[in-house]
Amino acid sequence: MAAPLTLLLIVAVTIRAVLYRSSLAELIAERVEVVSPITAWKRVIEGLALLDLGVSPYSGDVFHETPLIIYLFHFLVDYAEITFMLADVITAVALYFAVRDYNKKVFRKQKFALEADRYPHDCLELIRRPKEMFYIPLKVAMFYLLNPFTILSCVAKSTCGLNNAVISLFILTTIKGNVLLSAVFLCLATYQSIYPLTLCAPAMLYLMQHQFIPVNFRRVSFWWFVTQYLFMFLGSLLVLTCLSFFLLGSWDYMSSVYGFILSVPDLTPNIGLFWYFFAEMFEHFRLFFLCVFQINVFFYTIPLSIKLKEHPVFLMFMQLAVISIFKSYPTVGDTALYLAFLPVWGHLHRFLRNIFLVSCVLLACSALFPVLWHLWIYAGSANSNFYYAITLLFNVAQILLVSDYFYAFLRREHHLTSGLYLKKKDGSEATLVLK
Amino acid sequence: MGLLSDPNRRRALISMLTRLNAPICMLCYCAGVCWFMGLAFEPFTLRTYMSENAMGSTMVEERFPAGERALATAREFAAHKKKVGGMPVDWLVKTMQARGLEVFTQSFSRVLPFPDENKERYIVKGTNVYGILRAPRAPRTEALVLSAPCSPGDNNNQAVGLLLGLAHYFRNQIYWAKDIIFLVNEHDLIGMQAWLEGYHHTNTTGMKWTPLQGRGGSIQAALSLELSSDVITSLDIVLEGLNGQLPNLDLANLFYAFCQKIGVLCTIQGRLQRNDWDSVSGYSHAVQTMMLMVMKQASGRPWGDHGLFLRYHIEAATISGINSFRQYKTDLTTTGRLVEGMYRKLNNLLERLHQSYFFYLMPSLTHFVSIGYYMPAFGLLAVILLLRALDLWVQLVAPPARTEDGIAEIEQQSSPGVRSVLTPLIISHLTGAALYLMPVHFQEMAVEHFPVSETEAVVLTAIAVYTAGLALPHNTHRLVSGEGTEQGWRVLKLVAVLYLAVLLGCTALINFSLGFILALTMVPVAAFVTPDVPKVLSAIVFVILSPACTLLFSVFLFQELQDMPVSLQDGWMLYISVISQGILDHYLFGSLVYPLIALMVYPCWLLFWNILFWK
Repeated sequence: MAAPLTLLLIVAVTIRAVLYRSSLAELIAERVEVVSPITAWKRVIEGLALLDLGVSPYSGDVFHETPLIIYLFHFLVDYAEITFMLADVITAVALYFAVRDYNKKVFRKQKFALEADRYPHDCLELIRRPKEMFYIPLKVAMFYLLNPFTILSCVAKSTCGLNNAVISLFILTTIKGNVLLSAVFLCLATYQSIYPLTLCAPAMLYLMQHQFIPVNFRRVSFWWFVTQYLFMFLGSLLVLTCLSFFLLGSWDYMSSVYGFILSVPDLTPNIGLFWYFFAEMFEHFRLFFLCVFQINVFFYTIPLSIKLKEHPVFLMFMQLAVISIFKSYPTVGDTALYLAFLPVWGHLHRFLRNIFLVSCVLLACSALFPVLWHLWIYAGSANSNFYYAITLLFNVAQILLVSDYFYAFLRREHHLTSGLYLKKKDGSEATLVLK
Repeated sequence: MGLLSDPNRRRALISMLTRLNAPICMLCYCAGVCWFMGLAFEPFTLRTYMSENAMGSTMVEERFPAGERALATAREFAAHKKKVGGMPVDWLVKTMQARGLEVFTQSFSRVLPFPDENKERYIVKGTNVYGILRAPRAPRTEALVLSAPCSPGDNNNQAVGLLLGLAHYFRNQIYWAKDIIFLVNEHDLIGMQAWLEGYHHTNTTGMKWTPLQGRGGSIQAALSLELSSDVITSLDIVLEGLNGQLPNLDLANLFYAFCQKIGVLCTIQGRLQRNDWDSVSGYSHAVQTMMLMVMKQASGRPWGDHGLFLRYHIEAATISGINSFRQYKTDLTTTGRLVEGMYRKLNNLLERLHQSYFFYLMPSLTHFVSIGYYMPAFGLLAVILLLRALDLWVQLVAPPARTEDGIAEIEQQSSPGVRSVLTPLIISHLTGAALYLMPVHFQEMAVEHFPVSETEAVVLTAIAVYTAGLALPHNTHRLVSGEGTEQGWRVLKLVAVLYLAVLLGCTALINFSLGFILALTMVPVAAFVTPDVPKVLSAIVFVILSPACTLLFSVFLFQELQDMPVSLQDGWMLYISVISQGILDHYLFGSLVYPLIALMVYPCWLLFWNILFWK
């Protein structure tokens, strides 16, 4: 499997290198769908310039990335293109190995269940076969590397690519079962953009499953593990924040990075849901709705963790999707990360209901974003409502996609316990209805 | 959400849509065409009305007296033009200065990618002269532009004369709150492009120009004058700009309001307004006027000097004098009063024109169709594609007959799917790229080897690549992936249909007319192509409905609508010149129609062509 992966990496890097050299790169770097005020490369450059002048990069309202990023690029600014390509490659390779390990584990679990004769007999067609599982890791890497969203994001040098790399490393270390590294990478991801904090739950669930610790609130071992993990997580978070403080010598970055993410002062249009609402809103409702919108991102963790506590990797996918839909400054790079997981759930296709509709809408929206932007900003003939309508549609499609996968996943699990062909009490064929 | 989550209702809906797919598609197509034709029927349209308060309620008085003097200036200008053999820059500078303007010049040069045979130019060098009348009443942050092109021959002298006359008259008025810029541009659109790029510090087309020495405020609106005779019979307003962009409807309303007030005959598309909408001839008159607008808009060219202003978010229109309705006569004084009135109203603007519509079609000057009324016509055509896509999708995911090794069978079918889709996609796009790049880049080679001029070389190369593309894809596809499978063409068609739907949707949003005309011809072939239809017959239908032939028919229809029918021979020459103009417009002004057709529409059409020859 190494050869196809290498080939894929070469192709992906070539595409990016070609695009970097073309005149398109500048155009892409300006697109609001691809870069947000946090991740824009232009702003990083500005921050670097301020840093070189001996001024705090956070003075003024331009730079909103974390101190570690700016110090990283302090050394790597001449190799920025290579860094971003490398970040994509790391993400893809990490996802590749993570998914491979996860699939092995799934397969082993299925084998035990089969041997124990736990599945109903008519469910044999739901059983996953090694032949179809073999190519999934490669497909995942391909979905990430060749996704136009990722390519655009990389060519625009959006720092979102680095965040994705950190998150995928976190996923890899979690699936490998390395508690310390998992906590460290999760902490790095959280440090970068707060929202990955919600990945804490699936990570702990997975690691507990890995170490055969029952998820039971009355057990000491459960609490002991949670304390351990949180200690490592918070400890490294403390180290990181202090490190940032010592690098810059001030706490400026706290308000400028996290305050910026949480209080959403920049209402530049993007593919998210925040900008239009907060541009239209009366000022005295702002705080209230800010809380509602931000809690919205974090809140789904609780019900999803309860429902999916046996399937932490699927939970992780759901969380990534929820973050990328509801975060305050989403870009297409965030979307690309969770889209990369779709091949992992390829076996759910027979239960998906709206996939055709959703993919049509996503496709159309991706094409309409630049068109309506052109009509609004350049031609002046359309207005922000047109653009926001597409944003809304894009997000509704994403939500439908995710809920469709959620439903399909649950339905498969249901069939695996109660048989594929459901009967009503009177013996006629039953259908499952989601109401 | 019941529809999306209740499996029974979904199944019923989908089975209905697939069972009745063909009839529904036909119905939609007919409904779309009827809807479009209905747009010209007066009771279905809205009457135009002034939306902008700043221009609506205030009264202005037009007192421009000096039509005769303007004519004298025009004759003087003509004499100097003839003497210099081009733009009389020095004379213009002197005259404008004498009228109390701040005068500046800008020189520019541009080498065309290939010679323009219509206007006989290749290396263009010229000078724009403009004078600024500074606003006495307000901070000079906003400006209005009045321009007149300095055309070769005896054209447009009166426009320049009137411009100078108005400048003289405006100078003595005290109510101007915006700078007024009087611009005489050489080489029509090329000069205008240079001036606008210079004014806004942009350079999008690689033209060389000297920077502007003087500037007014941000330009709010602009009018361009085209008058070629001392006495005109009616005034025509031209709205269609680059890429089918239109100015705010209020500008047309303003023009119409003043024509009514002063009592000048006004036209749009050179056609008078008729009141007998309930008669057949009245209706067909409205349809023809609207069709003319649709075709002009679809061409994506700027149809007057105003066309390039629109790109900079400046509302602009061209007012041209027409001399064809003999019984009416309007002298230059009246025209001057009309322009004066319009400028005084524009002077009252507090913000840019934005109240009224930007997306509209006009079956007559008093009636318009807004986006909400005309989009359904396109939507009905586009929904056909979606229905076909849904049908294909249902066929594709329908569970195959269950056998012992059902899963292995599915895999066998789906794995060539990806390859058989990707190969034609890539090949047809490469053909499209060749169509885009080859004509201009290989003109020298073509001129060397064939006895044709550069312009002909470009157009004929384009036609040759286009025709060659017809032979290429299906052969190559057979070469690469063997005999096409049943599943393969369905996947390819699904992709192609969705591609076309998105493509046409985006096009229609930017330029409705282009999107609609393309949809009208491409949707039928896209909807009903399968490898099983009779080859020869459908191949002929295919070629007839291909984008190139659509253009050919449009040329004939356009001539017909303008009451200037052409013979086949002339039509062909016109067709060639239209193609060369399209390519030139792309390179000179950044018109998007040529790249759109070459890089997207044509490859998409090739995909359907590919499906036809799948087996």
